[in-house]
Amino acid sequence: MVAKKSGRNRGGGGGGTAAATEVSVEELARVPLQAILLADSFATKFRPITLERPKVLLPLVNVPMIDYTLAWLESAGVEEVFVFCCAHAKQVAEHLENSQWFAQPNFSVTAIESNNAVGAGDALRLIYEQNVIRGDFVLVSGDTVSNMSLAEALGEHKERRRKDSNAIMTMVITQSKTSPTTRQSRLGTDELFMAIDPDTKQLLYYEDKSDKGTVSLDKTLLSDHPSIYLHNDKQDCYIDICSPEVLSTFADNFDYQHLRRHFLKGLLDDDIMGYKIFTHEIQSNYAARIDNFRSYDTVSKDIIQRWTYPLVPDVQFVGNSSAKLDRQGMYRASVVGQSRSAQVGPFTVIGSGTTIGSQSQISNSVVGEGCKIGANVSIEGCYIWHNVTIEDGCQLKHAIVCDGVVIKSGVILEPGVVLSYKVVVGQQFIVPAYSKVSLYQQPIKQDSDEELEYADSSSGFMDASSLSGLPDKLKEESTIQLSESQLQAASEVGSGGVGFIWSTSEGSHEEEWRHSVAPIPAAKLLEIMHTSNNELEVVQQDGNLPPSGELERDSVTANSNDYDDDDVDVKDDYEVFENEVEATFKRALEENIKEDDVILEVNSLRLSYNLATADCSGALFYSMMKSALSAPHPSPSDLVKNAATVITKWKKLLKYYLPSIDEEIEVILKFEEMCLESAKEYSTVFVQILHLLYDKDIIQEEAILNWASEKEGADETDKLFVKQAEKFIQWLNEASEEED
Amino acid sequence: MPDVHALVNDFLIKLKRRKIEGSKATAKVTAEVLRSFISQQRLPNTNQAGALIDAVKAVGEQLIAANPVELAVGNVVRRVLHIIREEDLSLTAAAIGGLSLSAGSDDEDDVGHDEHPALSAAAVAAAARSTLRPPSLQTLLEDVPHTAAVPHTSSSGGDSEGKSKSADKNSSTKRLKHNVIEAVNELIQDIVTCHEQIAEQAVEHIHQNEVILTLGSSRTVVEFLCAAKEKKRSFRVFVAEGAPRYQGHTLAKELVTRGLQTTVITDSAVFAMISRVNMVIVGAHAVMANGGVIAPVGLNMVALAAQRHAVPFVVLAGIHKLCPLYPHNPEVLLNELRSPSELLDFGEFSDCLDFGSGSGSPILHVVNPAFDYVPPNLVSLFITDTGGHNPSYMYRLIADYYSANDLVLQRRSAS
Repeated sequence: MVAKKSGRNRGGGGGGTAAATEVSVEELARVPLQAILLADSFATKFRPITLERPKVLLPLVNVPMIDYTLAWLESAGVEEVFVFCCAHAKQVAEHLENSQWFAQPNFSVTAIESNNAVGAGDALRLIYEQNVIRGDFVLVSGDTVSNMSLAEALGEHKERRRKDSNAIMTMVITQSKTSPTTRQSRLGTDELFMAIDPDTKQLLYYEDKSDKGTVSLDKTLLSDHPSIYLHNDKQDCYIDICSPEVLSTFADNFDYQHLRRHFLKGLLDDDIMGYKIFTHEIQSNYAARIDNFRSYDTVSKDIIQRWTYPLVPDVQFVGNSSAKLDRQGMYRASVVGQSRSAQVGPFTVIGSGTTIGSQSQISNSVVGEGCKIGANVSIEGCYIWHNVTIEDGCQLKHAIVCDGVVIKSGVILEPGVVLSYKVVVGQQFIVPAYSKVSLYQQPIKQDSDEELEYADSSSGFMDASSLSGLPDKLKEESTIQLSESQLQAASEVGSGGVGFIWSTSEGSHEEEWRHSVAPIPAAKLLEIMHTSNNELEVVQQDGNLPPSGELERDSVTANSNDYDDDDVDVKDDYEVFENEVEATFKRALEENIKEDDVILEVNSLRLSYNLATADCSGALFYSMMKSALSAPHPSPSDLVKNAATVITKWKKLLKYYLPSIDEEIEVILKFEEMCLESAKEYSTVFVQILHLLYDKDIIQEEAILNWASEKEGADETDKLFVKQAEKFIQWLNEASEEED
Repeated sequence: MPDVHALVNDFLIKLKRRKIEGSKATAKVTAEVLRSFISQQRLPNTNQAGALIDAVKAVGEQLIAANPVELAVGNVVRRVLHIIREEDLSLTAAAIGGLSLSAGSDDEDDVGHDEHPALSAAAVAAAARSTLRPPSLQTLLEDVPHTAAVPHTSSSGGDSEGKSKSADKNSSTKRLKHNVIEAVNELIQDIVTCHEQIAEQAVEHIHQNEVILTLGSSRTVVEFLCAAKEKKRSFRVFVAEGAPRYQGHTLAKELVTRGLQTTVITDSAVFAMISRVNMVIVGAHAVMANGGVIAPVGLNMVALAAQRHAVPFVVLAGIHKLCPLYPHNPEVLLNELRSPSELLDFGEFSDCLDFGSGSGSPILHVVNPAFDYVPPNLVSLFITDTGGHNPSYMYRLIADYYSANDLVLQRRSAS
């Protein structure tokens, strides 16, 4: 019976070759396939909603998330599932009891409750102690949506195990291109780097938090493996096929909590045990994990777009509520009261018993069961759960509205708003973007250190359990307290409103848009694009520099240069070179590098940018003057003094680049240019500095005279400095005559 | 005997999760489930047929609601209901007959039946049908052979068995139930053997050196073509591959192993090839009462091409595919939209599905319908177990198999 069942499943799923089915059928006959489902993500990304209900029970397109996972496991041929519940364990267990899952033939679901687990590691250690896992098992989180067939991955895993008993885990990955602008995947997770051996599919490196934008691989990897592929277009599905050794590894390492951050990296770094991890890439099947509000939005849309078939709203894969699919991805339950003038747009799901008033517009949204939507309401890209009342004239954009919320007339929800359970928003109130509103007050302890996330979530969990897991008496008390606090909070969400607006700490507010249901605003995207472009430039420039004169002149034109690639080439080359030289010089100043070394470095720069010596002298002089300028100079005379010291110190260096009159003239021209544009402070002391240069034998009189005669024919504006230097030039002329 | 409740539930779940595919398999399982359901049903002494019909209707509603797109479920449920009505009618008729012959025996008694050993339930039913209802064209045409043939071929054995049993127990509870189960067995048999019945007619339709075009894969079509081949007809088959599931490939493979000259073409080449084709032979998902066909996607295009070039468009359909309903908006309501991953690789297109940037609404939308609706005017001929029929004749055929009282079944379940 077992074999028959799984075989049919695969046929139905459309995936999996006949041969693979055969293999897995044999395997299944020996040991029933088991799965561990973690019904707690040990994270706080879904706060404040998860204060009242566990994440796995949140409705995803009107069906609790955990049902997607269970339905998939069931259809993939898993026979025994251990559901590990921690936060709100009672609610999860209750849901499982009321659902059909306990009544399934050939599919047993066992709930394991615990109150003191603070991470996945604790959960797995507890399960290890219970000694229920007998063979290979599937480890998933309760927020996974997938329709993949496990047969192939399982077959590969078993095959590898037979050859090498150290191959203890197979990770399921899928291709997913990260957005080039935001460097985050469509699911809102950070860019993920994985190094995989293309022949054996062994995972060699895993990095999902590369803040620096750099990836460093151990060179032994390269010596051990003939070839390595480094991917950044893969997505971790968080579906792992594990051997029992995984559990014992957790038991041995009591400090492992996070599956990826601790366990996976631990295994990759540590080669004492020699355990290996492999990957299995799925091609066309769907698998994703809901990690934050962004992925909630994305996965919901994927479901509506039917990528998860047969886990779609019009197929009753769970329960009895089914919707009918109309053209353009409109799913309507059988009993919906919709006004004739209401417009329900494409890609929308309407739950049963919902009424929609006249002239209302709904598009790209999910509306749950028993909602009352008034007239002239506009809803766009929202997730409205069950029994929500929305009065006339409201405008909702990209918001999540939980069960039992009442939105009074004329309310406007700006993008990214989350309204937790039973919140009431008062009339005409405008809920600001990305705000989260809950009946519960924000926990004061805001320890958002990433490294300590699990510890943090443990404290969060304690909060949650104290709210949900309390005996009834205490609960009542807390509700009384709640109603008192509700009164206090009334003003926060408009008149007659109930709920607290959670404040986001300054640091995280920046990141709020990343993980919200709302699409990233265009302005933000532009900003990111800008910064990422600049970042790129900075990397090229090798250091954090103040931009050179050309760039500083006008930031707008500089930007347009950035975007306009064709026009940048020649001009920018010199600018970049100038910056490089300046940086080199600065470093020389700071680190007291010898002149010879500086010369060497500048020469190599000159060669790499293919420029003349005249450019070097100009750039070097420019950077010297810049450094003089950067030193404090209360009066022009101090400035001259500064310049004098710098010039005296680096005379030899500058002299090296002034082999002929032409270069010297170039320096004067450069100086003139500086005085006009980037360093106007010098314009008053132009003559003094010129004199200084002459005195220090950097510039010969011939050069100055040539410069003066060159400028003779120029415009009046260009002659500004020549005129200033008139006396000096005259004196020089006289001196030379005398000599003659 | 397994617990019938569990059986029904199991089947319901399979239907809901789309784990059973193909109308034939679904029809067969539906009939089997209903058979065990009926056999386990306890019936009251009075109005047994009514009670049985209500019970079957209740289960049928659930089954239909589980997968409204799979029409074969509803068809079989209605067929079974019809069978119950027929058997009840025949029993009453027999009882009346018995009453008229031996006036002394009461209703419960079965003496009457003993005196008519040659008259089986079905024969009586046929007779009763012709007397109690306006006669259908079928019965009018086949009146004589029908009454003569049916008792001998099909149910005489079962009937004699039933008769002895009923004589022992002397209860019509058992009789009705037994007769119904026998008839359902027959139905299952019909469903199983429908390929052969249809294939028998192949020689009449396929001629020497003809070119046949088909799309996708259908077991009925394979059997049909192979039957003609076995009769030493030599002909060629064009197989359109049937994107996106490409079942045409498996069909081509099968035809080649059976030694048929086969050419595989893309779906889009159908119009170019149709002028060389003598006949289009395809399978169907369901045949509606108006003669319209719910068929694998792409067939509407083939039918239009065939009409344009005056090529006969022949649809093979087992009797379980006849649906007594008239289609309303079938392109949407009787369709199943399958996963886009059959068309596109999700990973390759993941960057087009990034909802984080832009307006947040999907720009790329992939539509992958499983079925097409071919209107009746495009169909030249239906070949069923009982022979070839015109699309306009379908409603009469349906009237023979289904009782008009059962048509509302689905409407009630939907409300």
